[in-house]
Amino acid sequence: MIARVMAIAAAEFRIQTRNRWLASATVLMLLFALALTFAGSAPTGTLGVDLLTVAVASMTTLAVYLAPFLALMIAFDAVAGEAERGTLGLTLTYPLSRGEMLLGKFAAHLAVLAIAIGLGLGAAGAAAWLAGGAGHESLVSLARLIATAILLGASFLALGYAASALSGSGAGAAGLAVGLWLVLVVLYDLGLLGALVFDSGGAFTTQVFPWLLAANPADAFRLWNVAGSEQVALVSGMAGAGAALPGWAAPLSLLLWPVLALLLARAAFARVEP
Amino acid sequence: MTDRDSALSIAGLGKRYGRAQVLDGIALDVAPGERVALLGHNGAGKSTLIKLVLGLTRPTSGTIRVAGHAPGSMAARVATAYLPEQVAFHKSLTGREQLTTFARLAGEPVKTVAPLLERVGLIDAADRRIGTWSKGMRQRLGLAQALLGHRCVALLDEPTSGLDPISRHDLYAVIDEMAANGTALLIASHALTELEARTDRIAIMARGRLVADDSLANLARAAALPTRIKLTARDGAADALHSELGGTRINGRAVELQCTTEQKMAQLARVTALGDAVRDIEMVPPSLEDLYRHYCGEGLK
Repeated sequence: MIARVMAIAAAEFRIQTRNRWLASATVLMLLFALALTFAGSAPTGTLGVDLLTVAVASMTTLAVYLAPFLALMIAFDAVAGEAERGTLGLTLTYPLSRGEMLLGKFAAHLAVLAIAIGLGLGAAGAAAWLAGGAGHESLVSLARLIATAILLGASFLALGYAASALSGSGAGAAGLAVGLWLVLVVLYDLGLLGALVFDSGGAFTTQVFPWLLAANPADAFRLWNVAGSEQVALVSGMAGAGAALPGWAAPLSLLLWPVLALLLARAAFARVEP
Repeated sequence: MTDRDSALSIAGLGKRYGRAQVLDGIALDVAPGERVALLGHNGAGKSTLIKLVLGLTRPTSGTIRVAGHAPGSMAARVATAYLPEQVAFHKSLTGREQLTTFARLAGEPVKTVAPLLERVGLIDAADRRIGTWSKGMRQRLGLAQALLGHRCVALLDEPTSGLDPISRHDLYAVIDEMAANGTALLIASHALTELEARTDRIAIMARGRLVADDSLANLARAAALPTRIKLTARDGAADALHSELGGTRINGRAVELQCTTEQKMAQLARVTALGDAVRDIEMVPPSLEDLYRHYCGEGLK
């Protein structure tokens, strides 16, 4: 089984490097991270924290949007594109289960994401460290940010496979992926915000809202990073929301999402007839 | 024939998509080393039958056994080689990388890849990206992956499409070699040509049913198609020729007769008795295409 998963992963990784996804994703992460790090360096003096802490807070906000976007862009073609090009039918006649095929692609795509996120955020972090210094705590925050951003990307990779398997064509899958991104990353928060305003500090705000926040992978990612560091929380202004939750809620959500989304993708893939 | 000695055995197979009955009551057995041509027009159900044998879709009724296993099971997939009609690969991989991936999926040693590329004449292009290849080269790579390992059953869907005559000749050799190694071959095609005529048995599908399943010689005998004799008359003699021999007038100078194989010599004697009223004679035995159309037409009635 491992040999077959690795065979798919090796081919897929080659494809991703050849079609320049690896390079463009890394450059994109790097440019945005560097820009945010130095554009966001203004409040260091007033808050009394080092530049890297501010950079991590800025990059947390960046990664919430960019990691899911990159993941969906890489993943949406995984099933629909192969079915459309006619490569899926032949591959599935080999002694390879659909789960193994998904896992192989997942391994390769996750490696691409990890490289892009690790290099992009890591380089921006290093630049902030050199320019404004960094404490032990801010280095831990950076490491946590990179690891959780990869987990967030993993969730959206798997969601992208599910979208890809559910839609009949590459174009349909791309549309569904954009919709997923919009709903989970943008509209979900807007909806919660609206509910908060409507509820104006009632039971919903104190009891239900924090759990709804943790249930969304993008918000769980924010919460985990914010809860991990008081200073990051201070800078990002998100200290209140996470305080009502037990510490395990956000990490559990972010760790469960990739697994559940992969199972969903596997179930959707089972219905595809190439 | 039991499941045990046939590599591929299909019984009572039916497939329905919504209200459309795509396949109905298909029964077909292919023994190890046997080459069977599966013929039919586009939409006759060949591709559906192949998908069912590969386990890519499920039958509505009936059974399929591939080397004794259920289609789509791991054991059946290990035993099956498949060459799709429109074979496609990732265009950013090289031929060697693509074939190596397939070898690893099939559990075959990677060292078998280079000889296979050599075998299908792709060794020089092996390290170029498939995106730069011609259709014929991709077709040959498709053939190479079908040759990986030892398979009990090979399903070749339109294997000659996109091949030049020389590659076609290589394909015949590859098919014969596979058959000699005991692989049961099912070769789907929408025409009865030289390749299909070289098989051991011909199965013809029309509208989701099997309308013929026999050797070419037996099919030709059972169809009893007429031989056509075309006579060109000397100037002004066409009318005389027509009234003497019957048949049909083609144009001002030619008459066409039809006769069975048994009547052929008698007809020839009548023609030669007419002496120099006949300027030329041409005899056309029933072609493969005539035979194919005869059986397909029968299925449509």
